[in-house]
Amino acid sequence: MKDTERERKWGNIVGTVAGILILLASLLLATNLCAADAATSPAIPSIFNPQSTPADSIYHLSIFVLAVTGVIFAIVFSLIAYAITKFRRRSEDGAEPPQVYGSNQMEIAWTVIPVLIVLVLFMATARVIHAIEDARMPKGAIEVTAIGHQYWWEFRYPALGIVTANELHVPVSNSSRPSPTFLKLISADTDHSFWVPRLAGKTDLIPNRVNRMWIDPHDVGVYVGQCAQFCGIQHAKMLLRVYVDSPQQFAQWVQEEKRPAQSSDAAEEGRRIFETTSCINCHSVSGTVADGRFGPDLTHLMSRDTIASGATPNTPENLKMWIQDPDAIKPGSLMPAMKLNDPDLDALTAYLETLR
Amino acid sequence: MASETIALNLVKLGTRPIGDRLHDWVVTVDHKKLGILYILYALMFLVIGGIEATIIRIQLIVPHNHFVSAEVFNRMFTMHGTTMIFFVTMPILFGFGTYLIPLMIGARDMAFPRLNALSFWLTAFGGLLLYYSFIGGSGLYGAGEAPDVGWFAYAPLTARAFSPGHSTDFWTLGLLVSGFGSIGTAVNFITTILCMRCPGMTLGKMPLLAWMNLVMAGMVILAVSPLTAAQLMLSIDRYLGGHFFDAQAGGSAVLWMHFFWIFGHPEVYILVIPAFAFVSEIIPVFSRKPIFGYPVMVAATVCIGFVSMSVWAHHMFTVGMSSYGNTFFVITTMMVGIPTGIKIFNWIGTMWGGKIQFNAPMLFCIAFLFQFLLAGLTGIMLSAAPFNWQLTASYFVVAHFHYMLVGAILFAIFGGFYYWFPKMSGRMYNETLAKWHFWLFLIGFHLTFDFMHIPGILGMPRRIYTYEPGRGWEIWNLIVTIGVVFQIAGVVAFVINMLRSLVKGESAGNDPWDAWTLEWSTSSPPHDYNFARIPVIRSRRPLWDLKHPEDPDWKYE
Repeated sequence: MKDTERERKWGNIVGTVAGILILLASLLLATNLCAADAATSPAIPSIFNPQSTPADSIYHLSIFVLAVTGVIFAIVFSLIAYAITKFRRRSEDGAEPPQVYGSNQMEIAWTVIPVLIVLVLFMATARVIHAIEDARMPKGAIEVTAIGHQYWWEFRYPALGIVTANELHVPVSNSSRPSPTFLKLISADTDHSFWVPRLAGKTDLIPNRVNRMWIDPHDVGVYVGQCAQFCGIQHAKMLLRVYVDSPQQFAQWVQEEKRPAQSSDAAEEGRRIFETTSCINCHSVSGTVADGRFGPDLTHLMSRDTIASGATPNTPENLKMWIQDPDAIKPGSLMPAMKLNDPDLDALTAYLETLR
Repeated sequence: MASETIALNLVKLGTRPIGDRLHDWVVTVDHKKLGILYILYALMFLVIGGIEATIIRIQLIVPHNHFVSAEVFNRMFTMHGTTMIFFVTMPILFGFGTYLIPLMIGARDMAFPRLNALSFWLTAFGGLLLYYSFIGGSGLYGAGEAPDVGWFAYAPLTARAFSPGHSTDFWTLGLLVSGFGSIGTAVNFITTILCMRCPGMTLGKMPLLAWMNLVMAGMVILAVSPLTAAQLMLSIDRYLGGHFFDAQAGGSAVLWMHFFWIFGHPEVYILVIPAFAFVSEIIPVFSRKPIFGYPVMVAATVCIGFVSMSVWAHHMFTVGMSSYGNTFFVITTMMVGIPTGIKIFNWIGTMWGGKIQFNAPMLFCIAFLFQFLLAGLTGIMLSAAPFNWQLTASYFVVAHFHYMLVGAILFAIFGGFYYWFPKMSGRMYNETLAKWHFWLFLIGFHLTFDFMHIPGILGMPRRIYTYEPGRGWEIWNLIVTIGVVFQIAGVVAFVINMLRSLVKGESAGNDPWDAWTLEWSTSSPPHDYNFARIPVIRSRRPLWDLKHPEDPDWKYE
């Protein structure tokens, strides 16, 4: 008898602690969801810090869904917590509680109420799907073709005749001067996914298929993201940067990108190396014999802040390391190690540094 | 007559040399032995899958970590996912089903004992085949051995252009073989449940565990078949010049996604419905009340079975479906929430007004309720397609499905383990150690999977072997990895408890929980052929009727 009593006491303590701990854990999860909201540093690609209409309408929908699910959680959680606190076994008399088999009224109630909740959530969701997916492209929109490659991004501006890589430049768009960017997404090899959380939800780039999405960033700055669909060994370093420029900055950027590559006599030796080695099989430099399409266009390499799809800053040292041994920065990258001797490497890097 | 046969067998078994007894386990067609084999086999793979998960988490503990290479990391998450779904959760649930269904419906064995053995060994060899890839097959271009294309192996990464070695073939064949095993088991479950019930047990008087396994088995046949077809198509693509999924030759990568997810989503319910079954058996016994709303529970299960067949493309909201397509899959997905909600309410209704005992099986079931609720609610968030465009393929979705697979399904499995361990072994487990297991695992689970939602919201995609510092992800990844330590400690307590109790546990007796279903009416462990006499029942709780002749259930049903 003593044993069973001790066991019961132990059971009560365990039950209470269980209730409290599970409560705490679950509240923790809830507060964490809100804490994530507070993380508003611009460097953090939080979906709760939107800067573009698609991300913004998703944000508002998500707050509504969080509120509804939060209320459901609070109610059901309290019911479970109450049940396990109130209806614990308190005595060892062996008597069974009243045997209840069910209640049709209750069943109808907890069927109909969820049906209504689902209807409301569905309609709120359908509105946002329609607003984002079926938006028409306005006049004056920038059109960009984004092509996913293992493991970098190619951006082509067909109307402007610009080809660049990994760093997408778009103009800022606001109500007084709307200039959204419409992206056509295709893939050169495997599946990829374009995800810049502060600008829009993700859309996949799938071979043999054309997808579309759009953004209209409200504020200038750099927005980071990365490939969100496993695409091979270096999926992790297929990073993505979107530069939102003021209209003047953007116009200037376009002007500079449209120019062919600048020749400089000082870098003639490097240019010769570039054009007589396998570099030109994969890379293009406009106005030269280099017209490879497999790797990023290098015509304005120096206009980019990063190399290797955002894996490392674009400095002369990193550029050298990248040319000699891409695997040191990005193991599994499809660029071969060039294995040049030191004078050739210096000359080649000097040439690349003239590509502004 | 039957009892004499049983006694004879026991004498024979006890005196035979160990080699013969092991041989018995290999050639057995007894559903109880096969059930235990399934469970032990799954536990072995649980440890392997757990080690793979630990490697993943150590690699992600800080940004730019060099614990493992990108190649090894990709292999680890591919093998972790494949192992945990196909060679841990499915076999362990099949194992419990194989063990329990004949006992609970008053049958002497499954309908097709030999098919039962074949199914087990197919599944077992499927797992071995998959793991043979570690020594047998190179992966993505230049990446070494073992599959590394992710557990849903999206085309065209599986094409020979990208995955030239044999690792993808080991993955394909391993799943193909174990898929045949699963289909065999499903056929067996359905036939057994429909044809082998004891006298008096109409469909409406069947234990919920049998009902839920019946629905699950039906779903296995419908869902595993397309996966099997897809694996064959992939092999044709790779070796016979087919172009089903080969995008360069005009095939469709999206077609593979459809094939995979028409399997993949019902699969989630294939795994969770047997977990519901455990909970639906354990909560009533430890609340000392019959299940609340039995017919509604059955209806809700069947409803989940049907609706879950039409939700698969919610895994594909980002592949560029039309707004109409997306809208359709939003409504079907949200609709699944209704019958699952009904289930949660019915479990609460069962506890309401009861006298709840907090033994280990019940503790795990209560944790299941909370965690299943949360997993369901994050599921609602993911079902809102635009929200999904942000959350999918991020760590949020990883946290969501682990909440379902670990927080709900694995917790229910642990509950089931403690509940039926006395029946399977004849011995009682150690309650103190079981509580250590529960608390350690609960703390570990919440540290890992609560905090795993956050990096997803902050833009961290899944399946990256390293990440950039300064994006606000470091602290969350650190906490998530710390949780793993507690989970490992919990599992160690579990293993010690099982091994110790097998040797030193107190004798459990036939019916340690004062329960009501037929498996508790026979000895622990049950003899060959289960029952000396085939029982005849009159209600859903035959042992209640026996123990309370003054107030039997059959008067009210």
